[in-house]
Amino acid sequence: MRRYAADVATLARKDLRLELRARDTLPAMLLFVVSALVVFHFAIPTGSSRLAASGLLWVAILFTALLGLGRAFVPEREHGVLDGLVLAPCDRSAIWLGKGLAALAFLVLAEVVALPAFALFFRGLDGATIAGVALANVGICLVGSFVAAMSIASRARELLLPLLFLPLAIPIVVGGVGASVASGAGRYLGFLALYDLVFAILCWASFEYVVTE
Amino acid sequence: MIHASGLGKRYGAKRVLHGLDFELEQGGFLLVTGPNGSGKTTLLRLCAGLAAPTSGELDVRIDRARLGFVGHEPLVYRELTALENLDLYGRLYRVPERRERIGMLLERFQLWDARSERAGSFSRGMLQRLALCRAFLHEPELYVLDEPFSGLDEAGVELLDRELADRRANGTFVVATHDPARLERLATARIAFA
Repeated sequence: MRRYAADVATLARKDLRLELRARDTLPAMLLFVVSALVVFHFAIPTGSSRLAASGLLWVAILFTALLGLGRAFVPEREHGVLDGLVLAPCDRSAIWLGKGLAALAFLVLAEVVALPAFALFFRGLDGATIAGVALANVGICLVGSFVAAMSIASRARELLLPLLFLPLAIPIVVGGVGASVASGAGRYLGFLALYDLVFAILCWASFEYVVTE
Repeated sequence: MIHASGLGKRYGAKRVLHGLDFELEQGGFLLVTGPNGSGKTTLLRLCAGLAAPTSGELDVRIDRARLGFVGHEPLVYRELTALENLDLYGRLYRVPERRERIGMLLERFQLWDARSERAGSFSRGMLQRLALCRAFLHEPELYVLDEPFSGLDEAGVELLDRELADRRANGTFVVATHDPARLERLATARIAFA
């Protein structure tokens, strides 16, 4: 287990270092999420319900994550480096988990800017919404990294990623919006936690088949 | 160490390998030759476990921790330095005394002075040297090398010649090359694709 954790940490650290050098994912995510919130601010009539505003927050988070996930495996794809990782004697699911953790770090950093911007443009955020966002982030990044790895083998990867990811993210939106607006937020938070757990196990168990023939 | 029987590989409708039989004992040196597109790379990818046969059997009796692979791509991140790339692989392969070993290889392959430069700034020959460092870092027992001399200058070729001769006693080799004369003296088995 310690060995597995060390491999995941090594791979996640590598992704953070790559982003620090290239700086092509996080700035794009930040710009996108702020721009999206500004557009929503002017697109929605003044006095619109808080329900509509909550929905927009989740749309912004989901598409910002999608932007980052689209670039998640670019360094591996461009020069076939994935072969090198697949040949390494670590559990192959460590590649997915390392990538998922790096994606989570980028998404959280984007949200550090996005959530205050949302509060400024629309309404303040309560604890249930923030807990919902935290749980949703885990699901988005773990499932998204898995789907991103699946899509890199395809020529139509730019199309395949959203086509595969968005249907899988519907339960996250349902849980997230529910946690933000419903009176019984605990139920929705539990649903998000269950989603994270179930999909984490499924992705962990099947990633090997995604990266090998 | 490697046993292949009726080995075949198809990519869609295209048949790349068909009915290939061979045996490679531990300590053997299999030289694979043939023109472009004849199936050399496919055979090496099968031996490395990067592809699966579509027919026949292939039994490679070695843990992937003991396999060193050099392919057409150097399998290094262009945004990372030579040192960072080797450190990444060294960690994943649990190389003992990692830093010393990386330093030794970088010096031997004459990359020490460029150790802190990004791999993306390297020439083709330097990338090939880095790929060889990566493949040799964990002291593999099975070497699967696809055109290992590709891109190397004269000094690099001589260096690799010496490396292969030194490692020959303790390793098993599957090497694809367009220049079989250079490796003929080391070979114990040959596959020549038409």
